[in-house]
Amino acid sequence: MLAHLPALQVVIPLISAPACVLVTRANWAWLLATAVSIISFVIALLLVHEVSEHGVLSYHLGGWRPPLGIEYRIDHLSAYLLTIVAATASITMIAARESIKQEIPPEKASLFFSAYLLCLTGLLGIIASGDAFNIFVFLEISSLSSYVLIAMGRDRRALTAAYQYLIMGTIGATFILIGVGLLYMLTGTLNIQDLQQRIPAIVDSRTLHAAFAFLTAGISLKIALFPLHLWLPNAYAHAPSMITVFLSATATKVSVYVLLRFFFDLFPQEISLQQFHLGKILLPLSIIAILTASFVAIFQENIKRMLAYSSVAQIGYMTLAIGLGSADGTIAGMVYLFNHAIIKGGLFLAMACVLLRIGSVQLEDFAGLGRRMPWTMAAVVLLGLGLIGIPFTAGFVSKWYVLSAAIEQGHWLAAIVVVGGSLLTVLYIWKIIEHAYFKTPVSATRQSQVILEAPRQMLLPLWLLVAGSFYFGLDTSFSLGFASTAVQALFH
Amino acid sequence: MNPRSSLILREVCRLVIPAVMLFALYVQFHGEYGPGGGFQAGVIFAAAVILYALVYGRQKAQRILPTETVRYFIAAGVLLYAGVGVATMLLGGNFLDYNVLLQGHQQAQHLGIFLIELGVGVTVGAVMIAIFYTLDEFCE
Repeated sequence: MLAHLPALQVVIPLISAPACVLVTRANWAWLLATAVSIISFVIALLLVHEVSEHGVLSYHLGGWRPPLGIEYRIDHLSAYLLTIVAATASITMIAARESIKQEIPPEKASLFFSAYLLCLTGLLGIIASGDAFNIFVFLEISSLSSYVLIAMGRDRRALTAAYQYLIMGTIGATFILIGVGLLYMLTGTLNIQDLQQRIPAIVDSRTLHAAFAFLTAGISLKIALFPLHLWLPNAYAHAPSMITVFLSATATKVSVYVLLRFFFDLFPQEISLQQFHLGKILLPLSIIAILTASFVAIFQENIKRMLAYSSVAQIGYMTLAIGLGSADGTIAGMVYLFNHAIIKGGLFLAMACVLLRIGSVQLEDFAGLGRRMPWTMAAVVLLGLGLIGIPFTAGFVSKWYVLSAAIEQGHWLAAIVVVGGSLLTVLYIWKIIEHAYFKTPVSATRQSQVILEAPRQMLLPLWLLVAGSFYFGLDTSFSLGFASTAVQALFH
Repeated sequence: MNPRSSLILREVCRLVIPAVMLFALYVQFHGEYGPGGGFQAGVIFAAAVILYALVYGRQKAQRILPTETVRYFIAAGVLLYAGVGVATMLLGGNFLDYNVLLQGHQQAQHLGIFLIELGVGVTVGAVMIAIFYTLDEFCE
């Protein structure tokens, strides 16, 4: 059965999605979705083990050999991302029950979980597949299901947010498809390894330049790289809380993976960086993203929106690190991606707790929450420290590596921005802490003093993430070690 | 019944709809020899149901094919497709490796394609009908 792991990673959530439609009870659907997420996580861990023991795994779908058939290819990079996505999925689903019960009407719950499983299938498929067109198909599966999931948010603004995302996401996906189509026209192959062999011979072709441009624009839209990030804040702010947790820790991360896979593997990275000047596109945009998005985040009154803008800035850090164009920079980007998934997932999970108990995530409603939801708010403080990048947190490790990669490349502006962005982070995280701990509620009635802690089923996953944010700040053997092996394979 | 549909429309549809459905089945099961396949067949089949609903009213169509049933068909098609894949895995092949389904290479490929195209047809047809129902309910 071990030989089938690459396929099972995708097939199990795929087959559970329609099965979930047949289960009409909300609780059973939740149980199925949770079980599948945990199974996916176990498979991802087994794949990590297999890849470290035996190297790259290649699975031929339908028994057709690549490059003709579709190949699922699990290397270190894929295994790393699979672990992040599947772990997030498990934690989200374990915590999701109460929150979903409150936000999603019971008759729609099984369809909701079915869409979630499809989204998970898509995200895992993108990572597992070694075929450019297959990656596009999975990208569409995950995007279409996430539009549906976002539209299920509790107020009507979720619909416009989902529509915005739908339009932008479809444009992005179309660009990616055009890019893949042009590559197919030039080379007659869709297999990534095969493309990598054939591209150096046709590097002067104008069609190849066009393909590269289309892919860059399309993938940047999916990553929400500045200035193509406009869909993200609304989508994250109005989606059901648990979907925000899930998407914030996975969707953009998987898009960053697609960026790496396409421009450092499909296109040999020397060509992307030296002939197509990928760094010159990524660096300025990332720098602007870090500064403007952090700045805008300071003035947000809705905390979910604030954290969403913060995500745009954090994505800027990842693309900045990758845009530096060195192996160290890319490793830093991967470590950043890993740590940010933990920290931001945790912060959004804390917001889900607040929304469940208080019914609002507006800043003014946070007044006095430090006393009313002590565990949740303590988690926000600790995760906030991680987001800022205080030593001994995972956030420090990731910022440190980005910083040293920037200095190593002699890119002082980038180094200053990395530090400056952290200072801006302090400002908006402080705003939450100030309201939660140092402000008294406007209507200081007896009722607004009652302790309203979130249910244990949500607090445990939340504190697991808090623990993770500190654990990976001290022990970087997986986050850094595995990422280094993954990136070194790309840089040969 | 839709009061706006005229006698001629109703009677012509009575003749046309079975033919359309039969043609859908032909496109489905003859897809490997001629133009066609599961996707096209599903759309043609759904077109027959949608035509029925347009002429005789959605409520009457829903009495034959309730929304719930349509939803089950959507899921069943995908399950059939993925189920074939899982079956090939259990028989010792890779995912969707039809060769392990039967003894002969050609027969096995034939059966595999037949089954997954059936899955595609069922899901596509049901999705088309579901979209029509939803839009029509929304317009009311």
